[in-house]
Amino acid sequence: MPVNKVVASFDEAVSDIFDGAVLLIGGFGGPGECPSYLIAAVARKNVRDLTIVANLAGWGLELAADVRERLAPVLPIPPDWYDQGLLVERGQVRKGILSFPAAPGHYLMPFERALLEGKVEVELVPQGTLAERIRAARAGIAAFYTPTGAGTFVAEGKEVREFDGRPYVLERALRGDFSLIRAHKADRYGNLVYRGSSRTFNATMAGASRITIAEVDEVVEVGELDPECVVTPGVYVDRVVVRPREPRPWHEPM
Amino acid sequence: MAGERLDEQAMALRAVKEFQDGMVVNLGVGIPTLCSLYVPPERDIFFHSENGIIGFGPVVTDPAEADVNLVNASIQPVKPRPGMAIVDHAESFAIIRGGRIDITVLGAIEVSEKGDLANHHLPGKPIGSLGGGMDLAFNAKKVIALMTHTTKDGRPKIVRELTQPLTVPRCVKLIITDIAVIEVTPQGLLLKELVPGWTPEEVQALTDAPLRVAEDLKVMELL
Repeated sequence: MPVNKVVASFDEAVSDIFDGAVLLIGGFGGPGECPSYLIAAVARKNVRDLTIVANLAGWGLELAADVRERLAPVLPIPPDWYDQGLLVERGQVRKGILSFPAAPGHYLMPFERALLEGKVEVELVPQGTLAERIRAARAGIAAFYTPTGAGTFVAEGKEVREFDGRPYVLERALRGDFSLIRAHKADRYGNLVYRGSSRTFNATMAGASRITIAEVDEVVEVGELDPECVVTPGVYVDRVVVRPREPRPWHEPM
Repeated sequence: MAGERLDEQAMALRAVKEFQDGMVVNLGVGIPTLCSLYVPPERDIFFHSENGIIGFGPVVTDPAEADVNLVNASIQPVKPRPGMAIVDHAESFAIIRGGRIDITVLGAIEVSEKGDLANHHLPGKPIGSLGGGMDLAFNAKKVIALMTHTTKDGRPKIVRELTQPLTVPRCVKLIITDIAVIEVTPQGLLLKELVPGWTPEEVQALTDAPLRVAEDLKVMELL
């Protein structure tokens, strides 16, 4: 039977995400690289007690509107930008493992508000350590030593060991139940290519969870992607789902 | 009467003078990202951004040129540049951790006289944001703090001991502010350059940590 990882809908793609799941959510912090429609589907499914692993905690709908307005003079933001802040705003998140949970400047992201209200827990991780913990999970590495964080709060409770006269912190791999990622093109085997700076955590998180789901602009025929240019081989990807051509509201089943 | 303070653009212009052809440079959030605007296109300075772009061009100022899929770590659109390369996040930090960043220019909340950096936790916030700053400050060959000399309410940001949460100990080598350039040396802080109109005494009055004045103290030149 021919392999076909393309599923028909976003709701189907996330149908087995469960309460308490650990979600690795791709992207960096902007709209271009965000798996918006997968996040929207998780919001509609209304699963609770999620642990989100991501760079940012997300702007949410309210702040995204604000960011859209402020960035308009330099970066037009698409209307269908739904980041993990939506899940936080809806009270679906219990814990964040994040590198950038606090918004720059003096306004509060939904996660910061939830933190102040005691509704979420946080683990603050240096961004490179976060990326490497995720890469390690994909690569079957249990833990690794990194110089980043030695002598700071990041090293508290962790083994610190000296190699060649420099202290290194032992960091554990970070595996998810589901990786939700965004890519540009896919084929039915799940091979992925990305666009510009949208590769970021998306490619890092591919294969780092039990199930990896990729939201893509387009599915092409097997053989159309140049094998020299495939960034994520299909072996890391379990499901592929295609974004709508026209922006859709997050709450509409699709 | 002290001189004028530099604006953000002029501060960025001064930081750019530290860049040499062939260097790999990472620019932190805030004033540092402005540096990309002041590097002439013929210079081979390779900007690295945490989200995995290497060798990109300046920040886009015209929204018509903005590409939502080509942004820097401050989510500002940047221009592509011939010879640019793109990697994923893990590889981007392999480049950082592997010691291939020649200079990182970071914003700072405070810097101590030993070069301790506080830059992740703004006062009044429930939590800080480490971003890539911690990896950069631990692993770049040279860390430059680019910041206003004092807080908005006039308190010194260059201090004997940090009063704000430590991000990375003993990492800052050079401090560029809106009134001075100060080198962090094993013997303490060395005042190297003054913005025109400022005296060493006036700069010291706005600095908590003691400053030694360099024998070759200069007036800052931006070009």
